[in-house]
Amino acid sequence: MNNEHRPYTLIAELTYRCPLRCPYCSNPWDLAEHGNEIDTDTWLRVFHEAEELGVVQLNLTGGEPLLRDDLELLIEGAGKLDLYTNLITSGIPLTFERLSRLHTLGLDSVQVSIQSTRSSVSDRIAGAPSFNRKLDAMQWVTALGIPLTMNVVLHRENISEIEEIIALAERVSADRLELANTQYLGWALKNRAALLPTREQIERARTVAAEAKMRLRGKMEVLFITPDYYSEYPKSCMEGWGRRFIVVNPEGLALPCHLAHRISGLRFEHVTQRRLADIWHHSAGFNRFRGDDWLPDPCRTCERRAIDFGGCRCQTFHVMGDADMTDPACSLAPGHHHIESARTQAGRTTGIPVLFEYRTGRGCSSR
Amino acid sequence: MTLTTVRPRLSPKVRLRFDRRTGRHLLLYPERGLELNNTATAIARLCTGEWTIDEMLNHLARAYDDVSPNEIRREVCEFLDVLADRGLLQAMS
Repeated sequence: MNNEHRPYTLIAELTYRCPLRCPYCSNPWDLAEHGNEIDTDTWLRVFHEAEELGVVQLNLTGGEPLLRDDLELLIEGAGKLDLYTNLITSGIPLTFERLSRLHTLGLDSVQVSIQSTRSSVSDRIAGAPSFNRKLDAMQWVTALGIPLTMNVVLHRENISEIEEIIALAERVSADRLELANTQYLGWALKNRAALLPTREQIERARTVAAEAKMRLRGKMEVLFITPDYYSEYPKSCMEGWGRRFIVVNPEGLALPCHLAHRISGLRFEHVTQRRLADIWHHSAGFNRFRGDDWLPDPCRTCERRAIDFGGCRCQTFHVMGDADMTDPACSLAPGHHHIESARTQAGRTTGIPVLFEYRTGRGCSSR
Repeated sequence: MTLTTVRPRLSPKVRLRFDRRTGRHLLLYPERGLELNNTATAIARLCTGEWTIDEMLNHLARAYDDVSPNEIRREVCEFLDVLADRGLLQAMS
């Protein structure tokens, strides 16, 4: 059977609601349009259809998935399908009792994100008091013997804490540490001037992370996700469009990535209207950037096209205004000067605090 | 992992799952997975903490009598290294 386009992971964005307001949030910035969440039965059907399609990993995320009061039912349903179920959470709101219940029902792993190792900084970036509750949550996860991933989205304000971040991950006995540099899409693109680190900051963090990776090999996986703004070639976004991942968003739209529906001119479909397998194989949106035929120059003849698939379509659309071009993060792309100028600006504005624009439930507000 | 006296055991976070699309087994762990060939599946199944690597080699040599013992040893060591590297093994002594 052809496995070239086979989803292994379903990313279930259960809600856009969240008690935090991180300025790099990957949710769409016009949340106001997203009122209606799909119900428990629809999600359970989606899990079933996803498993039939080849999915073996389920990431329950959001927003904050803990805000869904049917999370127990969803995890139980995923467990019956033998899906490896990962909860991607801020850790709020959570109690030891609820976590223990979720674990009993089949939850396999938990990823908790922190914003900084310093509670005042973490709380300020998150836009809400949360750091101590996150520490509690991480300790509950490991106390229950659930594998813990600690995730930190890195940006200019916290990247210099890299040693403290690694030490904290060791202290809470994390199984994995994800040092994820901000992806400049959605809220993060709006806040790019305040978030983008300098090349020196990135290089230093990369070196420290590489040392930790060696030292902790076999004990804790240290994953440093290089920011594409500072790499020569674009990232292999989602491991290729419509190839390994399906995202279903809170209102039931099935997508190749969580922001694909923000690209103008693409048509995506709802899981309430069509079977997931039909959407995956036949929908115009999923097929739009599959294969080689759509590739622009210089990707068309580039030997890296099977590695990075031309990069990120959303980034290309939001920076270039045209999703059919080469990702401007690529040093060979015609639009690469857009990325270069953002880097230059990051070098100039070091030390000057820039205000974040925070996400809210209604739209955007500055603070 | 080249010691022949340790008894490798898969970490509790690992799940072996049959993949009916490929007829192979997948080794799943947080947010990741490995697709295993038949030999790797056989090795993974022996990682219960009961068997030393020597005992695993003997068992596999009997099960795969068309493969040379050296080849089996090489495959076992390589695969156990892959697992250990990813933190998917606990060594019981």
